[in-house]
Amino acid sequence: MLQYMLKRLGVAVLVALTVSLITFSMIYLSGDPAIALAGESATEEDISNIRKFYGYDRPIIIQYLDWLWRALQGDFGQSHYLKSSVAGVIFERLPTTMLLGACAISFALILSIPLGVLAAIRPNSLIDRFALTIAVIGQAMPSFWFALTLMLWFGITWRLLPITGSSSWANFVMPAIALGYYVTPGVMRLTRAGMLEVLASDYIRTARAKGLRPMPVLFKHALRNAILPVVSLAAVQFGFMLGGSIVIETIFAINGLGFLAWESIQRADLPVMQAIVLVLSVFYIALTFLSDMLNAFLDPRIRVR
Amino acid sequence: MVERILEVERLSVDIQVPAGTLRAVQGINFHVDRGETLCIVGESGCGKSITALSLMNLLPSSATRTADKLELDGREIQNFDERQMADLRGDRLAMIFQEPMTSLNPAYTIGNQLEEAMLRHRNVSRSEARDRAVFLLEKVGITGARGRLKQYPHQLSGGLRQRVMIAMSLMCGPDLIIADEPTTALDVTIQAQILHLLADLQREFNMSLILITHDLGIVARVADRVAVMYAGEFVETGTADQVFNRPSHPYTQGLLNCIPIPGKTKRGAHLGAIPGIVPSLIGEMHGCHFASRCQFVQDDCLKGKIAFREATKGGHQYRCILSSAESARNLKKANAA
Repeated sequence: MLQYMLKRLGVAVLVALTVSLITFSMIYLSGDPAIALAGESATEEDISNIRKFYGYDRPIIIQYLDWLWRALQGDFGQSHYLKSSVAGVIFERLPTTMLLGACAISFALILSIPLGVLAAIRPNSLIDRFALTIAVIGQAMPSFWFALTLMLWFGITWRLLPITGSSSWANFVMPAIALGYYVTPGVMRLTRAGMLEVLASDYIRTARAKGLRPMPVLFKHALRNAILPVVSLAAVQFGFMLGGSIVIETIFAINGLGFLAWESIQRADLPVMQAIVLVLSVFYIALTFLSDMLNAFLDPRIRVR
Repeated sequence: MVERILEVERLSVDIQVPAGTLRAVQGINFHVDRGETLCIVGESGCGKSITALSLMNLLPSSATRTADKLELDGREIQNFDERQMADLRGDRLAMIFQEPMTSLNPAYTIGNQLEEAMLRHRNVSRSEARDRAVFLLEKVGITGARGRLKQYPHQLSGGLRQRVMIAMSLMCGPDLIIADEPTTALDVTIQAQILHLLADLQREFNMSLILITHDLGIVARVADRVAVMYAGEFVETGTADQVFNRPSHPYTQGLLNCIPIPGKTKRGAHLGAIPGIVPSLIGEMHGCHFASRCQFVQDDCLKGKIAFREATKGGHQYRCILSSAESARNLKKANAA
């Protein structure tokens, strides 16, 4: 187990380094940052001064190593636009995004896993059709449209929930549903497919031949094996939610990382953009690592690989 | 006084398939006494496994079971609901499956899976169940049993897993064990070990055993009584001696002709084969099910349902229109050839 863990950890670190290199280089693909920073009416001299001031005149590899070294210490530099450190801005916004993501993934899992299990127990039944309908709608509906529909009904027509902001728990209900609903179909269909396959397996027959009641058969013997791919998918989707909440955060004006990313792109605030991408990537990688560990805990065969 | 453990009369299983109704088992009768081994022999697809699953009430949902009588320990269990059946399964009635590689749950230790079988039916503590598991693992010839409890199925070989499955079936000391081709998936050397083990345990615990197999070599070694199954029905039943010494149905004769007998079959001699394939079991069948492959087929074979005849005294029966004398003559001719 320990060996497996170290191996996965090593891979995770390598991936994180690769991502950081790509993130850093991407900034340069969008053009000379000094020119962008100097603005339209800047002279040649202004640009070269800015280039020197921010260190853009050094070789890229040196800039990268310098940036990486500071990033490791939690120093992402200064925001070009806001008068504060990048780290400060990010860690101010991060909890909001994490909270939103956690609410959304919880909503998605609580809805989709039971539905997927029920659909698998009774394939082609009414509940299976109902689950399929939910899945199709979820997959077909763009999240921004769904978010606006929610706002219209719950926020304006019935006035049940606040439309914008992130000051109280009620502000998170609609965004969490809008964000979470999007991943429901995938998780549900995967749960259903996994359960169907596992329920037809020999060891489920063995469990029944032992005289086990339906509930232990279902939850002890079947779900644990069927849930493995769902764990991986959920981790990836959670990572996606942290980064992909840009649209939802913007619609609901939630002061999270996604909203910050959107603002920074508009202001060409390079250090903030770089840092957001890096932070989200690291989260993504950490989640993948955690899901690998959880899977190894659930399935002993993975531990020896 | 013999104690009757299982009594089955006119057991039928119909399975709904897209092409119609597949009549997998068509009115078979048999019984098993305490301490006795009944072997059900037949080729793939003849309905052996479906028979086994129907006794456990573990048939797929597309299948329906009917019977005139299905008595376990003198109790009619046909109308038992799922809850009552679950109480019997693993307690009075246990089953060993063909595929030891996939029959254990990969996510749990074998200790957990063994203990579970007992915790479900007996009011015992986990440590008592564990002691029972260790005792039985040693019984089935697994060394270092206590340490093995912490192992996962993937850490064991096929032979070991089948031993674990056997131990699991014994956890509650059942009256009847149904073993559905328990050695088919194993190496030949391991097959013999597992069979001897089953036979020994059966004697030691005085259990009844229904052994389902297509391997006549196995039958010869362990069976008290034999039922030869073909296309959903029994074509010959009797004690192992009767069936092996005086096979009376052309199908049984053909089957026995297919296996080499040490000391009797000459080196290089051709082994027999039964030409043709098993008929489809979908829809109604008339006459003898074996008629399409039988070398003695006559017009009468295709009419009505062929009744059982007595081959020799003492319950040796076969389902054929040929008289006992005619079948004996055919057997002699085949042996001479």
